[in-house]
Amino acid sequence: MLQLFKFKGGVKPDTHKAPSLQQPIGRAPLPPRLIVPLHQSIGGIPNPLVEVGEYVLKGQCIGSADQWLSSAVHAPSSGTVVAVEERVAAHPSGLPTLSVVIETDGRDQWIERSPVDYQRLAPERVREILRDSGVVGLGGAVFPSHAKLAAAKSVAMDELVINGAECEPFMTCDDMLMRERAEEIVRGAGIFRDLLKPKRVLIGIEDNKPEAVAAMSAAVRELEADYAEFEVIAVPTRYPAGGAKQLIRVLTGKEVPASRRSPEMGVQCFNVATAYTAWRAIAHGEPVISRIVTLTGNVDAPRNWEALIGTPIRDFVALGTPQADTNSYLMGGPMMGFELPSLEAPLVKASNCIIAGSKTLFPPALPEMPCIRCGACAQVCPHELAPFEMYWFARARNFGKTQEYKIFDCIECGCCSYVCPSHIPLVQYFRFAKSEIWSREREKNKADAAKARFESRNEREERDKAEKAARLAKAAAAKKAAPVVSESTASAAPAAAAAVDSASEAQAAKQAAIAAAIERARVQREAVQPKNTDALTIAQRKEIEQIEARRAPLQGATSSTDTASQPSPKEEQ
Amino acid sequence: MNFSTPPYLAQNVSVQRVMLQVLAALLPGIAAYVWLLGPAVLVQLVVASACALAAEAAMLRLLGKPLALYLGDGSALVTAWLIALAFPPLAPWWLIVVGVLFAIVIAKHLYGGLGQNPFNPAMIAFAVAIVSFPALMSQWPPVDTNAGFVDQLALIFGLAPRIDAMSGATPLDALKTALKLGEGSVSVAKIVADTSTYGQLAGRGWEWVAAAYLLGGLWLWQRKVISAHAPFAFIGGIALFAGALWLWNPAQFANPLFHLFSGGTMLGAFFIVTDPVSGCTTPKGKLIFGFAAGVLAYLIRVFGGYPDGVAFAVLLLNICVPLIDLYTQPPIFGMKGKP
Repeated sequence: MLQLFKFKGGVKPDTHKAPSLQQPIGRAPLPPRLIVPLHQSIGGIPNPLVEVGEYVLKGQCIGSADQWLSSAVHAPSSGTVVAVEERVAAHPSGLPTLSVVIETDGRDQWIERSPVDYQRLAPERVREILRDSGVVGLGGAVFPSHAKLAAAKSVAMDELVINGAECEPFMTCDDMLMRERAEEIVRGAGIFRDLLKPKRVLIGIEDNKPEAVAAMSAAVRELEADYAEFEVIAVPTRYPAGGAKQLIRVLTGKEVPASRRSPEMGVQCFNVATAYTAWRAIAHGEPVISRIVTLTGNVDAPRNWEALIGTPIRDFVALGTPQADTNSYLMGGPMMGFELPSLEAPLVKASNCIIAGSKTLFPPALPEMPCIRCGACAQVCPHELAPFEMYWFARARNFGKTQEYKIFDCIECGCCSYVCPSHIPLVQYFRFAKSEIWSREREKNKADAAKARFESRNEREERDKAEKAARLAKAAAAKKAAPVVSESTASAAPAAAAAVDSASEAQAAKQAAIAAAIERARVQREAVQPKNTDALTIAQRKEIEQIEARRAPLQGATSSTDTASQPSPKEEQ
Repeated sequence: MNFSTPPYLAQNVSVQRVMLQVLAALLPGIAAYVWLLGPAVLVQLVVASACALAAEAAMLRLLGKPLALYLGDGSALVTAWLIALAFPPLAPWWLIVVGVLFAIVIAKHLYGGLGQNPFNPAMIAFAVAIVSFPALMSQWPPVDTNAGFVDQLALIFGLAPRIDAMSGATPLDALKTALKLGEGSVSVAKIVADTSTYGQLAGRGWEWVAAAYLLGGLWLWQRKVISAHAPFAFIGGIALFAGALWLWNPAQFANPLFHLFSGGTMLGAFFIVTDPVSGCTTPKGKLIFGFAAGVLAYLIRVFGGYPDGVAFAVLLLNICVPLIDLYTQPPIFGMKGKP
């Protein structure tokens, strides 16, 4: 038996998990409309690949990763794109985000799926497939998984931690997934193992989920041959045991500070649902278009549903029949989740749980009292910070001091607010301080860049001036030298002719250099251009078409060889 | 706009609950006090409480703070009760009032109110009173001249002359005076054996009051309202110095147990140095705070001119809190064993 470690702090709120565990995972019905936000993960915003009126198939890529740290987005069902526009997002701000709205046709027709045998592919290719399948951390952080699947260069990977702890109250989506689809989770973790090559794979599950522990253990036992280094471990139930850093600490004894990445310490951590989707993507060619969502709280029929990404939350909550006194809906758990600004927002990859709230379930916050420095927050902080100190300094807008007290090590788990006898919304103060620090840093960077620009301009002007002066001086010197030459040879004409000759020679050399530079630039442009036209957005494509149309008559008239030799993006496609 | 923020769950805790638990933990001590000296102390508690609430309400109004929210938080009551228990039980009523007013108005609200006071208000009250009215603050009724309740009331409200028979010194003070008068010729053992002032451990009867405070304090600890660091470091600081001097010269220095169960040791250990607002916040800081306060309290009560040293020791350490806290920040998660 593995020796477990402890993390300091933590709290034990009532779990409220039982109600949503009574039913197996249900398949949520296909909604008439799906609203799929393009930005569903950490990193870049995927480019839309479809336009209004286009017919899309289930699993068709509708947004491609725009950079390495980004993740593709797919049509969750077949149907017609009716809008590509800003729609309200499942985000506390309620701000709209660019989304693809699909009117489903009910046929739910898949695109051609291409499963791969990942063991025969280069690791780089596997990571690409995961990115293009939209595999992101489904624990709620939605960090693109492929970007976490490279070991540090200098440190051997010791442990791969698979996170099935699910410490948030109310939430049971991972629990049910482990109970029902354990084998696929283990196989998915196997992909991660093959990419990271750790010595051990530790699957951590809070000990209040004995069924999940049993199911996962059975799956590991059955698959034994290829999964010998896998171990399923029940960890003590204490929020936030499911925080990646806390679970790593409990299972390996390693403490990853905010200033380091876990692979540098030979450990990496993935959520069980992420492992499951990785397996579906690789072995079945199915991108991430659905996820298990817990629907619980103040509803008549709490349950876990496999729901399509993009399902409007209004449609989704209707499945549970909310009770009459429901006054709010939370997305995520009650400790770290947020109140949904609108039910028009859709389910996204980060939507692990929707909780219908009521006054009795989540009583309104009590009035804030002054801090009495009791230190209860420091005792429960899993990162062993001094929240009350950070609070004083955040309040005083002394942000430098908050950083001295390591505000960026705060994971916003909410333990401090949970125990505060003065009912201070500590996490809010910390978020405020962090965002202030970030915005100040941005301002500073901007100012620094402006300063650098200004200085380089000054320098350039100085240089130009100096060069001009040098040139003038040179010319003056040449003028002075010319009469001397004429005097010495006593015949000015040939010398003058020679001077003219050399001048025209220099001119020709310059012309040649310019022509060469233009040619180089053209070649370079050509080399680069196809890459730029690889994944153009609809808007860009349209713009190019328009430009091409305008250009065509002009081209006919001048028939410039330069532009004609350039392949137009349209031709290339 | 109704902005709700995570977490949406909260433990059933409040400042009021914390304060009420502190008050509850004082009840055994109060019971022992009443058993020892009659109900006079209850009168003082009522006077102090009424005065504290009135002063608190007036200050809150003056400062424009919500009355309903703050008046019920119980913090003023805790200050009031500590003052009533720290002052001589038959002190005139106005002395208590002066102490409470000073504590609530100046030491608490003029420094910013709840949570902002750098000094322990009850100890400020004690220090002010003992410096300004040393004679009144040194008159403690002997435990066996058990005057009737009416006589006690008359004394408290100034309706009867303060005759000497009604007042003596605390056992701690008495011992110090006797030792001084004896000029090295009498031993602690002899003094303790000769006078009826002393019991098994310390002052007769008083040792039980101290034990009752200890009981209440242990309950607070068990309820996790207070941490063990400061109280046990405080007790340790007193015990260590008392023990060292007692081992060196048992004739001239009382044993550690005597010091632990005398004067304000137990009340101070569990109800004063545990004050979160004016005390240290880091575990190591609490240990330093408690230990240093214990050592200072012992030195002042044995070598100083005052009957007890807890108040001055705590106030002196209150000044050091920001510094101690600054240098005792524990390493955070992932940064242990690193600079």
